[in-house]
Amino acid sequence: MLRPRIIPSLLIKDKGLVKTVNFKNPKYVGDPINAVRIFNEKEVDELAIFDIDATLLNKEPDYSLIERLANQSMMPLCYGGGVKTVEQAQRIFSLGIEKIALSSAVIINPNLITQISDRVGSQSMIVVLDVKKKLFGGYEVYINNGKKATGINPFKFVEQVQRLGAGEIIINSIDRDGLMNGYDLDLIKKVRDKITLPMTVLGGAGSLDDIKKVIDEHGVIGVAAGSLFVFKGPYKAVLINYPNLEQKQYLNT
Amino acid sequence: MITIIDYGVGNINSFVNVYKRVNVPVKIARSVNDLRDARKIILPGVGHFDHAMTKLIKSGMREKLDELVLVDKLPVIGICVGMQMMGNNSDEGSIQGLGWLDACTKKFDETKINQVTKLPHMGWNDVIPVKINPLFKGLEEESLFYFLHSYYFKCDDPSDILATSQYGELFACSAQKENIYGIQFHPEKSHKNGAMLLHNFAKL
Repeated sequence: MLRPRIIPSLLIKDKGLVKTVNFKNPKYVGDPINAVRIFNEKEVDELAIFDIDATLLNKEPDYSLIERLANQSMMPLCYGGGVKTVEQAQRIFSLGIEKIALSSAVIINPNLITQISDRVGSQSMIVVLDVKKKLFGGYEVYINNGKKATGINPFKFVEQVQRLGAGEIIINSIDRDGLMNGYDLDLIKKVRDKITLPMTVLGGAGSLDDIKKVIDEHGVIGVAAGSLFVFKGPYKAVLINYPNLEQKQYLNT
Repeated sequence: MITIIDYGVGNINSFVNVYKRVNVPVKIARSVNDLRDARKIILPGVGHFDHAMTKLIKSGMREKLDELVLVDKLPVIGICVGMQMMGNNSDEGSIQGLGWLDACTKKFDETKINQVTKLPHMGWNDVIPVKINPLFKGLEEESLFYFLHSYYFKCDDPSDILATSQYGELFACSAQKENIYGIQFHPEKSHKNGAMLLHNFAKL
């Protein structure tokens, strides 16, 4: 039986791992290579790593760090951050990254989705949408690490993303990021109703039961979390963790 | 020593890394010359069937590989599209496969898949060996492996099937005939199970 994918999502800033709240106040939580090693030991389904500085500071992706992460990883790895061209995507792919995530660049120029898909295969072309609730109802897509509103309606845009040949969509809730009080189930359902593409949701997980709620409703889906897998306890002590086999079985039943 | 065929399709670093962990020497073959001292061969593959076949033919290694596999009978394992290339043809393309195994590659029947996302078949699924083979030595009866594909390998002779998996229907996720092995899943991204399987191949 195919299992839902439970995916730690790691953020990189200045070569270190950080965790944010509502995309702000990055807190240092450790070394990325070490984290990949620990997640190997815990046999995680898949790992997503996002460089949150790259696009904002208009930097090239840090290829040497990406290569070291890929070399260390014994699981499928998704990298996002600062990728703007087909050439960059191909270079990252050749370093051993299975999935290349793009956000700002493909929101500004959606045709890039098709160009990259054609080059590295659609299964490796992942689109991340950072989504925030609007003041008077509805949702809006943001770019530049949550800094810039686009006026784009995510539920229309995901259909375009699917049409243009992406292999997967990651929906990230800016409102829920780091709060650990549950996923935006309404947002997830509305996107799921629009597309048949593989989909991963991110933003808000505070407990395994939050993950279970998504799986109970949507079955085989990707469920990603940041804080949940790097913090422990009410004071948010840094402790990398991940559900064991028994806990995973509980999530799947 | 393991020789990994690098014909410009997909990434071979992950295989190199797995073998490094278990101290098995690896050689990367990019041309016929690199194949001279081959003892065991891995044929990886991702993406479109025709693209992969075209690249392999262009690499100039095809004829030598035919000889090493069919005449010298060296152990060889095809992975993902690499497995599919070992059959006669694929629904995905029009170019003939290597024809090392009597099989064709078919697209999954989406009507049988009971979930919103039909294809690709992506994620962790159970692999159930149906024959006893050293390739699966030490693995449990139902071991999880990482899959990513939309087409599956259909053996003409069911006795070539080494392991099955379920996605809408039961399909051969591993096949074997004599020295020729194929696996549909990705051992290089499947943690300890994958490392064990690759190590088993090295010990054949």
